[in-house]
Amino acid sequence: METGTAPRFDTHRYFVVDEERSREFERVWGAAGGILGYLREINNIPIAQRYIFASFAFFLVGGAFALLMRTQLAVPENDFLDPRTYNQLFTMHGTTMMFLFVIPFIEAVANYFLPLMLGTRDLPFPRMTTLALWTYIWGGLFIFTSFLFGVAPEAGWFAYVPLSNREFSPGLGMDFWDIGLSVAEIAAMGAGAELLIAVLRMRAPGQALHRLPIFAWAMIVFAFMIIFAFTPLIVGTLMLELDRKALTSFFVPENGGDPLLWQHLFWFFGHPEVYIMFIPALGMVSQIVPVFARRPLVGYPLIVMALVAIGFISFGLWVHHMFATGLSPTALGFFAAASLLIAIPSGVQIFSWIATIWTGRPVWKTPLLFVAGFILIFVMGGVTGTMVGSVPFDLQVHDSFFVVAHFHYVLIGGVVFPFYAMLYYWLPKVTGRLLSERLGKWQFWMMLISFNVAFFPMHFLGLLGMPRRVYTYEAGLGWDTLNLVSTIGAWAFGLSAALIVVNVVWSLKRGKPAGANPWNAGTLEWWEPSPPPNAQFKFIPFVRSREPLWDQETLGPLPEEEHEERLMEPLRSAPTRWRGALVVSVLDARPIAIVQMPRSTIWPFVMSVGFVVTFAGLLLENLWILGPGLAIIGISIIGWFWPDKDQDAAIEEIGTEPGPGKLPLAVAGPISNGWWAMLVFLLVMATALATFIASYFYLGDGPGWPPVAPPARSATLATLAAALLAATTYLFARGVRRKNLRARRIGLIATTALALAFLFPAYGAWTELGLRARESAYASAVVTILGFEWLMALVMLVLLGGAIAWAFTKPKDPRGDGIAFLAELQGYFLAASWAVVFVILYLLPRLW
Amino acid sequence: MDGTPWPQSALAPDGPAARAILEIGWVLTGLSGFVVLLVAAALLIAILRRHDYEATAAPLPVSPDLVRKIRGERESLEPTPGESLPLEAQAGAGLGRRREVRRDTLPDDQRGVRWILAGGVAFPVVVLVPLFVLTMRSLAAVEARDVEPDLTIEVIGRQYWWEVHYLDDAGNRLFETANEIHIPVGRTVLVRLLSADVIHSFWVPRLAGKLDMIPGKMNQLRIRADEPGEYRGQCAEYCGLQHAKMAFLVVAQPEEEFEAWAVRQALPAAAPADSLAARGRDVFLRSGCAVCHAIRGTPAAVADLGPDLTHVASRRTLAALAIPNNRGHLGGWIADPQAIKPGNLMPAVPLSAADLQALLHYLEGLR
Repeated sequence: METGTAPRFDTHRYFVVDEERSREFERVWGAAGGILGYLREINNIPIAQRYIFASFAFFLVGGAFALLMRTQLAVPENDFLDPRTYNQLFTMHGTTMMFLFVIPFIEAVANYFLPLMLGTRDLPFPRMTTLALWTYIWGGLFIFTSFLFGVAPEAGWFAYVPLSNREFSPGLGMDFWDIGLSVAEIAAMGAGAELLIAVLRMRAPGQALHRLPIFAWAMIVFAFMIIFAFTPLIVGTLMLELDRKALTSFFVPENGGDPLLWQHLFWFFGHPEVYIMFIPALGMVSQIVPVFARRPLVGYPLIVMALVAIGFISFGLWVHHMFATGLSPTALGFFAAASLLIAIPSGVQIFSWIATIWTGRPVWKTPLLFVAGFILIFVMGGVTGTMVGSVPFDLQVHDSFFVVAHFHYVLIGGVVFPFYAMLYYWLPKVTGRLLSERLGKWQFWMMLISFNVAFFPMHFLGLLGMPRRVYTYEAGLGWDTLNLVSTIGAWAFGLSAALIVVNVVWSLKRGKPAGANPWNAGTLEWWEPSPPPNAQFKFIPFVRSREPLWDQETLGPLPEEEHEERLMEPLRSAPTRWRGALVVSVLDARPIAIVQMPRSTIWPFVMSVGFVVTFAGLLLENLWILGPGLAIIGISIIGWFWPDKDQDAAIEEIGTEPGPGKLPLAVAGPISNGWWAMLVFLLVMATALATFIASYFYLGDGPGWPPVAPPARSATLATLAAALLAATTYLFARGVRRKNLRARRIGLIATTALALAFLFPAYGAWTELGLRARESAYASAVVTILGFEWLMALVMLVLLGGAIAWAFTKPKDPRGDGIAFLAELQGYFLAASWAVVFVILYLLPRLW
Repeated sequence: MDGTPWPQSALAPDGPAARAILEIGWVLTGLSGFVVLLVAAALLIAILRRHDYEATAAPLPVSPDLVRKIRGERESLEPTPGESLPLEAQAGAGLGRRREVRRDTLPDDQRGVRWILAGGVAFPVVVLVPLFVLTMRSLAAVEARDVEPDLTIEVIGRQYWWEVHYLDDAGNRLFETANEIHIPVGRTVLVRLLSADVIHSFWVPRLAGKLDMIPGKMNQLRIRADEPGEYRGQCAEYCGLQHAKMAFLVVAQPEEEFEAWAVRQALPAAAPADSLAARGRDVFLRSGCAVCHAIRGTPAAVADLGPDLTHVASRRTLAALAIPNNRGHLGGWIADPQAIKPGNLMPAVPLSAADLQALLHYLEGLR
């Protein structure tokens, strides 16, 4: 037994089961075999490994792009690359690093480690994790395919209109970018939503919010930020794609559109994006520092507050990317203040780590070295961030190499260095073998030095007037030497960053076995063996501390936890016929339910193929590709939700009613994860609607808006239908709750009729307007909002279809209640969102 | 360029806006350096204070005093005074019988939290509040919105060159030129920034910060040069394939020189001086040049897709500073503009050698 570390299984009776039960448990969670099994696999451990591998591969590709660019810039008037290739490379470098490396990598790592840190057996929606993985891979390859056709996007990763619009980028390149990106983003959002629900509901008993590992807190903030930041981006790329296909006019000034609307949408995503990447890195560092300082984190509550504060403030900064667009002094002042303000929570974090190291007895291991390098480089990027937050200074250095230096200090310092710290810290858990410390330390010093050689000169290049995104420059401007130095540094940095591959290969062949807890860390992921089995947490641990492995004598229950021990009995190396996991209450992590988890299935893979075929059809505007794509998606939805026998077994074994000393099976309503996923879905949809409405108001910032008060006859009818629909939704949901089958059936039928009825006036409202969206920004804004309502009604109809099928075939089955409760939420959302739309589009223009 | 080693450097300001920015820049740099050193020192001391090279990373033992305090006096376990015991030793044999000790609050923590609040909250506030005031004051000085301009110029960004109009007091266009902006020394010039296609950004680092040129929107920038000279500027917003080669010159001249230049520029083009030039003018008019380029004083006076060539020979460079303006480069440019600046919007015009020579002769006369 290691000093200061709880034993893995002690003599507590909680850990004693007969061998057969143990074997059966492992079998039910076991991996699927064979090639088909590879595609059917959904367990978080193998899926996250593939995820990590794929995103790291994209990282290496993105880095190679950067080296090509630096080679071109090494000397003035170089012709190593032609202008088009250079522009494609910097577009794809940014796109790859942001969308195909950092975010997926974070989610991959979280997919692997969050369940381990939370003491749960899998993520709440393993099939969605799998779908997100495959969709992300296809989306990434989709964008890269454009290179094969010689039409790689070249309008920058920020895709400013009008340059990215149909007039100035007529080829398919930007369509590849737009569509591929949306696919990858939707995958990222799905994974983010899943991580959020995992942290909130799938934890070990006793791991109350105040005992969450900081990384889990970071993932809560991360997930919320993804929801609020990615949604506007997806809405924005949708608008851009519609503009590009000449269907709308959001960004075309001649038709009342505004190019700056794109910048607002893009940076409302783009700035939080920086913190979306950075916050998980902060969480990783906060896991690593205490282990190597050998004491708990100082100021845990302050760190949590700082994380939340960074999340909030980061949404008030986006305009500082637009200081040079010609804004009023008031706007400039507000956003400059917000930009400076973010220094405070960042400072709190940094001083927390320093205080922790100060009061501990730090051990010089590679992860701690990378953390120290992170702090140093990140602070340098942070202070230059404060500099560019000061508007007048920004007017000089904006879009110059100074900014390139600044954000590489922030992103490489603030994200890549923590990633390397994390790799050195956590990889032994994944591979079961230690990495070479000696090579690790070499790598650290090489990366630290070469990074500064590559990027520090760029500050001066910017001040000497070198703009960003130039494929070449004249000699004689004072930029030659600095560029050459920077290029040499970049190559050295690229090579030293790739050394991790050497170290991993070496460790797989020669590395010392890691054992369960090589660092004597205190959090739960180090309790499971390295590598962890698919059947993780055969015995769900009882948590009574932030660092249970340091503080607890046993991870079994204490005598006073007898009640909880009894509740947990059905999960003790069980169930053995189906996969079961624990659901806890959000705040204090009391056990509240058991949830049945799906087994290996092919449908997530099939659906991801459907997605990519559909998007290829959209890209090529070809119905013969689009049709089969949609058909594959439709079939896989049915296959996905088809009731399986594991569910039957679980319902039969556990039952859905709670009893004394007995946890219910979570199937329907607020106790189930599906209901929470629906809440997240509606949050995303509400954000999307808010984005459409904000764009409507932004475009209308001027006289003659709307050009005419739109005719409101159909809209009024739609309002009537929506109001009635809210009432019948209440009716059927009450019928479900009170087990009144007649009210349930009548309510469901009436609601379906009303949702169908709603579609007609909602479409009529558009035809009544009599404007063409391609010629009017106003009409573009209206048609997308109406289209959104249409989509919401269609989702409602799908859910109602499921609810009716259950209500008329097996009315007693709790799964039917579950889908009815989802339809209830959607019904209220449809009615409420339509009310908002009606007020804004139809009432407001009549009021002034 | 008149010999300065940093023709486009924000560190060599020569106008009030650029100078004010450099001043706040120095303040920011000083503060930044101070913060970096402070954090680096704190970090270094924290690590070196009492580190272990080879120890296993076991958690620090909890001090016996704390154990006693947390467990209460009734606890039977009595650690030897002054000795730190690993937790497991204190926990003894009977699993789960005693309450466990949490390390959530070690005695050092209060001190640590004070450090966090001082370094992470108080210090930034003390620094940032004056910095914000300074920022807003500097911004007012840089934008100089209340300074009456002596001259108004309109600059239109185009892929990948700059169309320049000089305006009279009523805002009417007087004459047009391209890629070269002449201004009188010591005078405030209001530059109206527009775009004819995509977003560009107008940046002359030695005179002022940059400001974007956005289709459908007009931005205004005030610049002033305090010394005569040539100031290099460049597009600072990625605008497409040849964004890198979209530069321009601001030429600051003494008042009289500027006036003389302006009077010359406002005149229509010189008539062909000889028969070769006359042939060159005919080549210009019938070979398609006139579809895009205007030469005032000839039948081709209206086209505005390419730069106005009325006084093209008076300019220092061609193709937005991509090449110097002399016969050889001009000839090469007309013969194959895509070889020099691939992706620019000028097509190659097939001309016979004789026609090309005549055209060059004519254009060289347009002073």
